[in-house]
Amino acid sequence: MNILSLLVSALGQGMIYAPMALGVFIAFRVLNTPDLTIDGSFVAGMCACAVVTIAGHPYLALLCGLAVGALAGLVTGLLQTRLRINPILSGILTMTGLYTINFMALGGQSNLYLQRAAVNSAGVETQVASDTLYKAFRAFMVSLTGNRRFDNNLSILIVTGLIVAAVAAVLAVFFFTRTGMAIRATGDNEEMVRSSSIDADRSRIQGIMLSNALVGLSGALLCEQQRYADLNFGSGMLVVGLASVIIGQVFFGQRGITLGIISAVAGSLVYRIILQVAYRVDMPSYAVKLLSAVIVVVALSIPLLRKRFAERRAEREEAEP
Amino acid sequence: MKGLSLIGLRKTFEKGTPNAKLALDDVSLEVAPGDFITVLGSNGAGKSTLFNAILGKFRLDRGRIILDGEDITRLPDHRRALNIGCLYQDPLRGTAPNMTIEENLALAYTRKASRSFFAVNRKDSAYFRELLRRLDLGLEDRMKTKMGLLSGGQRQAASLLMATIAEPKLLLLDEHTAALDPATAEKVLALTRRIIAERSITCLMITHNMQCALELGSRTIVMDSGRIVLDVAGQERAKLTVPQLLERFRENAGRDLATDRMLLG
Ligand SMILES: Nc1ncnc2c1ncn2[C@@H]1O[C@H](COP(=O)(O)OP(=O)(O)OP(=O)(O)O)[C@@H](O)[C@H]1O
Ligand SMILES: [Mg+2]
Repeated sequence: MNILSLLVSALGQGMIYAPMALGVFIAFRVLNTPDLTIDGSFVAGMCACAVVTIAGHPYLALLCGLAVGALAGLVTGLLQTRLRINPILSGILTMTGLYTINFMALGGQSNLYLQRAAVNSAGVETQVASDTLYKAFRAFMVSLTGNRRFDNNLSILIVTGLIVAAVAAVLAVFFFTRTGMAIRATGDNEEMVRSSSIDADRSRIQGIMLSNALVGLSGALLCEQQRYADLNFGSGMLVVGLASVIIGQVFFGQRGITLGIISAVAGSLVYRIILQVAYRVDMPSYAVKLLSAVIVVVALSIPLLRKRFAERRAEREEAEP
Repeated sequence: MKGLSLIGLRKTFEKGTPNAKLALDDVSLEVAPGDFITVLGSNGAGKSTLFNAILGKFRLDRGRIILDGEDITRLPDHRRALNIGCLYQDPLRGTAPNMTIEENLALAYTRKASRSFFAVNRKDSAYFRELLRRLDLGLEDRMKTKMGLLSGGQRQAASLLMATIAEPKLLLLDEHTAALDPATAEKVLALTRRIIAERSITCLMITHNMQCALELGSRTIVMDSGRIVLDVAGQERAKLTVPQLLERFRENAGRDLATDRMLLG
């Protein structure tokens, strides 16, 4: 594989995980509230998508992933606001409960391939791969370009990129509507929102639902791309999302909501490029999670280290004659 | 009936525990529309608790609150905020630091603004600019600046604007100038008087400055141990001096009013 095709594959993966990074951005940066539902809603999006795709509706499946994520967010939101359960615990509770539901959705297995049994012309039972968004779009690109060997990874990058661009644009507009602005304000100063006669609890629930809906969409996209759903795929997803958001901030800063949206997407892309490079130097795939955790720790400690360093230097300069 | 009626408000914090604290003890008060009442009382007298009761921050043990003929006793706090503006000592409480001045005002104005897709629109923006211009702090040219970059006094002035932007029926001011330096406090106070007079808003203002309490507004009440122990208005109040006020308080409450935080002059 040459560099370019590696890059295309990394960017494609980055786009698939970008809605998840946006969801993490909304939870951690806009609402200012840690939300551990994300690990669960990612898998829920995958599972819902797998079931509906196998039933023959690959596009509806993406919407189902979105909707299931939103529902998971609704549960966490209600726990946080109506029952006043600590946000971290609320997320853990939903995530734990979701495990059972996801398991049931997969028919009591820990993974499910996007295929179904059919009898071929010779009367033998075989497994037929389900139609997916990616299969359909590749076929479309082939007929468009007349190139029967059109790069699959390029096709993945293009279609996912289009979806992510649309999602990001809608989000950027949404956060300037009355509902969207109330969500931003709730993360900034909840008391002020209440004294402006806005139901801050409702805004908070809306924000958590939006965040998890995006995470669910991400899970659904990944499910269609890799052609299976896996019950254990979500663990550590939150840290991956955080790493993306933080990397994005390094490049684009954290000023303003629109820039925040762009940098979450960019962060997801850069993160996958970093992983691709790491794989090239023979990093085993199970090391991904450790790498993500280290990236987050390093990025979070940079401001403090920078401050200490500046203080030391100031001290030394004072000491000099 | 117009105005605000508080009927037999009672609140015990941590009821049924050894720490039980009777913070409001059968407080009743009739406030006529357009009244501007100053509220005095030593630390822990229950002044802020009275405001929080009106704002709906907790459930009362007993009593009813009627604003402009509507019984709001069981309304959640954000619903009451439609008609009640409030301002606290801490300038940070009333504004969202990471949003622009314009967005803050737009959010506060949601109460009365006509429906629009975007929260900030040209028509409202022009109105906000005019309001800011009249604050005379130069904020009208910084509408896109984040609220968090303003000084405490500027933020408190902006909070005042936000609390009154939707023409509330009632304005509650809880020592809203106490955290500002004397010159800024003076300015914010002047602003408060102007806005209240212009819009003839019914207002209650907590202060620890007795001179100020007697000079401002039309009526003064003094609280002690969760009760209103003194209530003066009209001619009687116009003639009242600070030493006389202290004397009256001693007669009614059976002890001295002055505390270290009280300003006598
Ligand atoms: N949420 C609460 N829980 C328990 N006790 C409370 C609570 N809020 C107020 N109190 C108690 O109620 C009493 C009245 O407090 P409040 O804040 O109303 O006093 P205040 O008159 O505003 O005093 P200050 O001048 O110091 O602001 C105090 O003894 C206080 O400790
Ligand atoms: Mg107080």
